Amino acid sequence: MKKFKLDWLILPLVGLFIILSLWAVSSLTWAKDLPSPLKTWESSKPYILEPFAKRGEMDQGILRFTWYSLVLVAQGYALALLVAVPLGFFLGLSKTFTKMFDPLIQVFRPVFPLAWLPLGYVLFMGFGKETGTYAALFTIALCAMWPTVLNTAVGVRAVPQDYLNVGRVLKLSRWKTLTKILIPATLPYMFTGFRLSLGIAWLAIVAAEMLTGRPGAGGFLWQEYNANIYEHIIFSIITIGVIGFILDRLMSVLEARFKTA
Amino acid sequence: MPFLELANVAKSFGGPPVLDGVNLAIERGEFVAIVGYSGSGKTTLISLIAGLQQPDRGTVKLNDLEITAPGPDRGVVFQNYSLLPWLTVFENIALAVEQVFPNYAPEKKRQHVEKFIAMVNLTPARDKLPRQLSGGRQRVSVARALAMDPQILLLDEPLSALDALTRATLQDEIERIWEADQKTVVLITNDVDEALLLADRIVPLTLGPGATLGDSVAVTLARPRDRKALNHDPEFKRLRALVTNQLLGYGARRKATVTKSLTLPDILPEDLDLPRTTRRRPLRPHEIKREEITIGA
Repeated sequence: MKKFKLDWLILPLVGLFIILSLWAVSSLTWAKDLPSPLKTWESSKPYILEPFAKRGEMDQGILRFTWYSLVLVAQGYALALLVAVPLGFFLGLSKTFTKMFDPLIQVFRPVFPLAWLPLGYVLFMGFGKETGTYAALFTIALCAMWPTVLNTAVGVRAVPQDYLNVGRVLKLSRWKTLTKILIPATLPYMFTGFRLSLGIAWLAIVAAEMLTGRPGAGGFLWQEYNANIYEHIIFSIITIGVIGFILDRLMSVLEARFKTA
Repeated sequence: MPFLELANVAKSFGGPPVLDGVNLAIERGEFVAIVGYSGSGKTTLISLIAGLQQPDRGTVKLNDLEITAPGPDRGVVFQNYSLLPWLTVFENIALAVEQVFPNYAPEKKRQHVEKFIAMVNLTPARDKLPRQLSGGRQRVSVARALAMDPQILLLDEPLSALDALTRATLQDEIERIWEADQKTVVLITNDVDEALLLADRIVPLTLGPGATLGDSVAVTLARPRDRKALNHDPEFKRLRALVTNQLLGYGARRKATVTKSLTLPDILPEDLDLPRTTRRRPLRPHEIKREEITIGA
């Protein structure tokens, strides 16, 4: 394909136009219940134009919803990293530990986010009003953990023997070997894990909100489906996608900074 | 009593022994070069002295104490630099200084590190990362080893990855530093000229498996040695011939035959004359050929 001026702008716009046309045609022909792009825009306008408005528990501006979701993701994600990084280091450093837990990790890793949520409810049943929040956090943390765990373990195993020999010749203490050699050498791998984990955390939050009915980008989607306002479903999907994309970009920027180390 | 002593040392990594029956005695302040072919076990030998590996049999003693673990009393310059890539030149050396002289005041530590950076002429590159240096990495590694003030300096082919010019500069630098410091040095190299230029004594390593040390050759050339003058020195020529012949002698005794099975791909050339639609990928059962290669004289 020949490059031309502004192709980075025009080509994506062409793609967008094609999808929008398909959508418009579909809504006019075979999927009569599907709101047209224009209707979606009309109906979503108040949420975009007043992004921080709060008209009711489940009727708030889109950035306000997003903010709720992001706060919960941040908490769950932080929890995931706090558990995942040490776990990854143990897996990378100890063969015994790996043999003990690797099969379990391989079994739990592919479990879909929503499957954990009921278990979370059971676990935190005694917390009354906060049960939903804790269950959601539990789900996010548990799902988002694995990429960081596995990447950290791979990173630790991949630390060149040369670096470890330096530590041995200098008689670095265990703590210093960890902080001066192992962690810096593993950082690029860890950041790859962090990025993948954040993606999963964002997937899990939407699912968790849909089931718990918490206010947020995912909760809004579910409640508007129940309220038969289909325009807002599409609007929510787009919002969730855009936010996920932005998060991923931000993490890639961070990751790239550590790659060079 | 020798300063460093290896007595009947053997080491294997599961297979046939890499080193077998190695005996070596080095006096304090001596500069000894161990010369051998690639893959003859030179790095294994230095790992044993460094304590990074333990011998299967025999003992390695420094100052009459058996070496059981690595330690900063033996400064190692690894073949592949082994600098931490996320630390600057200064920080790499400072990490070592921090470890060996924990009682130094911060200011003294800084001066100490800077002294050794200056010694290897890297002061302008003080805050650069290792990957930003090309010929300088090896010098940082040397500076780090020297900054630990080790009892013995172990150089594992420190210059083999460098171009000829940088190599010559660094050889001169190593000689200068050794003259000033009079440290005991074990240099591992595959370059006979380098060994002759720097060492008091050259010990050839025979070919593995089961490599051992040959008869050592004392280098009686007067110091400081000038590389240009040396080339015409009859004594230098005689020593070089002696060591080279000794090494070549080991090579002559090695003869190896390698048999390889090669599987030929199970395809035939396509017949382009046939019409495109009927053309099919011609197949034939794959064929195994044997090939024999003999190495050595």
